[in-house]
Amino acid sequence: MNDVAYIVGAWVVGLGAIGIYSVRTLARGRSLSRMVPEHRRRWLTSDTDAAA
Amino acid sequence: MFRDALLVAGKDLRIEWRSRVALGQVAPFALLVLVLFGFALDAERPALLRFAGGLFWVTVLLSLLLAVQRAYAIESADGAIDGLRRSGIEPASVFLGKTAAVSIQIAVLEVLLGIGIVVLYDARVESPVLLVTAGAAAAVGAAAAGTLYGALAAGTRARETILPILLLPVLAPVLIGATRAFGDALGATAVDGWAWTGLLAAFAALYVAFGTLAFGVLLEEW
Amino acid sequence: MNETTGSTATTGSRATRVLGLACLVGLGILGVFAFGISPEDARIEEVSGETVGQGDLVRIMYVHVPMAILSYAFLSLCAVGSAMVLWRRSRWWDHVAHGAGEIGTLFCGITLVTGMIWGRPTWGTWWEWGDVRLVTTLVLFLLFVGYLSLRRVPGDPELVARRAAVVALLGVLMIPIVNRSVEWWENRTLHQQSTLTEMRIEDWTLFTLMLGFLVFTLVGAWMLVHRFRVAWLEGELERSGLDAAISERRAEALSGVEAAIARPGGGAGPAREVP
Repeated sequence: MNDVAYIVGAWVVGLGAIGIYSVRTLARGRSLSRMVPEHRRRWLTSDTDAAA
Repeated sequence: MFRDALLVAGKDLRIEWRSRVALGQVAPFALLVLVLFGFALDAERPALLRFAGGLFWVTVLLSLLLAVQRAYAIESADGAIDGLRRSGIEPASVFLGKTAAVSIQIAVLEVLLGIGIVVLYDARVESPVLLVTAGAAAAVGAAAAGTLYGALAAGTRARETILPILLLPVLAPVLIGATRAFGDALGATAVDGWAWTGLLAAFAALYVAFGTLAFGVLLEEW
Repeated sequence: MNETTGSTATTGSRATRVLGLACLVGLGILGVFAFGISPEDARIEEVSGETVGQGDLVRIMYVHVPMAILSYAFLSLCAVGSAMVLWRRSRWWDHVAHGAGEIGTLFCGITLVTGMIWGRPTWGTWWEWGDVRLVTTLVLFLLFVGYLSLRRVPGDPELVARRAAVVALLGVLMIPIVNRSVEWWENRTLHQQSTLTEMRIEDWTLFTLMLGFLVFTLVGAWMLVHRFRVAWLEGELERSGLDAAISERRAEALSGVEAAIARPGGGAGPAREVP
């Protein structure tokens, strides 16, 4: 394969950025979830209405 | 509506005239930037001449940031904005008035800078009509966008830093268009300056229209 | 419909877990297609006998093209949400706009970077000012970076929402103007016109592009749901005033035993309300 560095670089940047963002979002969600009572987190009671 | 706008514009311009901040600080700043460009481009006359239009407009946009911040600083001082709000003047009129005031300040600045590039960069005006028309269209467009985003930024706690990052990307088409039109008017680039002036006018019309509509939403929050 | 214990303190639900699993499986399959099954882009020029085409670099397209389309889609969704905020004063739409704006900006950044990485070996330059789509996308990216920084400035949630909505709407309105001005500015473009019509595209290449679009759409949707819930939680915290109570509790935890002893009665009153 030619230009391997470019190809792998592009994929690493793309998936890496998505991965880092996702992990950070999930972590934020985790810490925030602990502070909000369960009944205010509506996706726990109904899966459908929270699917934004 | 337009009478109220004139009132607001007159008030802003009177305050500026009395305080001499625009004349005493913004104008010297703009001239200073022109001089700095001279240093940065190694005082090379052909380069300065070639880029005179672009340097002129970058300087105008940087000065616009100061002028807009100033236009809202006079409102937030001494609860003046409360007076304005209680006076019953429509938000649209406030927007149009402030835009007019900033436009006039920018136009005055353009005249000063125009003399600046003729003297310092040796620029020669080949088409004065195009120069004036493009300059006026760009001034109104930039002032309208500046007034709109200035109101947005003035409501936040980080107004000095948030205004440039919001306003400058929006003004990219103004910079491109005005630079091209000036390039034509100064005989530096072979393009159709009038087509670019049309784009500048369209930009100005869009921002004046949108600002008139949206300003009420923003004015409520002061 | 209740979740199993231990997983309740997350923004996940059964739906997002299924979706997330589909994303991971999809990314795996996409990887197989992008690096295994799809061929390199190479054709033999009939006259000169030279090999033309992007070669293996076409594999970057499987991430670049979906990201580009999706970034525009998400930023449009942000504009739609912003319009709804101004029209209906809806908190729900504000969260959608915020999430879509953030993910759209991220995808926009990925589009720019992967495009530059592709452009370097193909065009011989990281950046080409003459390319309309490139410059337009950069201005759009900067506009929305401004939007996100505006959102980050603390303030009354409703005012933040309204201000941000105006900025997002104007930002999207700017796209045609920026595009037109850049087009006139440098009247040339390096960009692949439409790859589908101009180049003979291999079947598997086309299929992989479509697959990439599908997979990244799922990924984007999954991210948006989680991001929405995070925004929703933040709104809940702010509204219920829990924020203050939590910071107080945190302060108590920090000062520890000393504070407990110093308090009259020496008791640990964890549920003390803020005045």
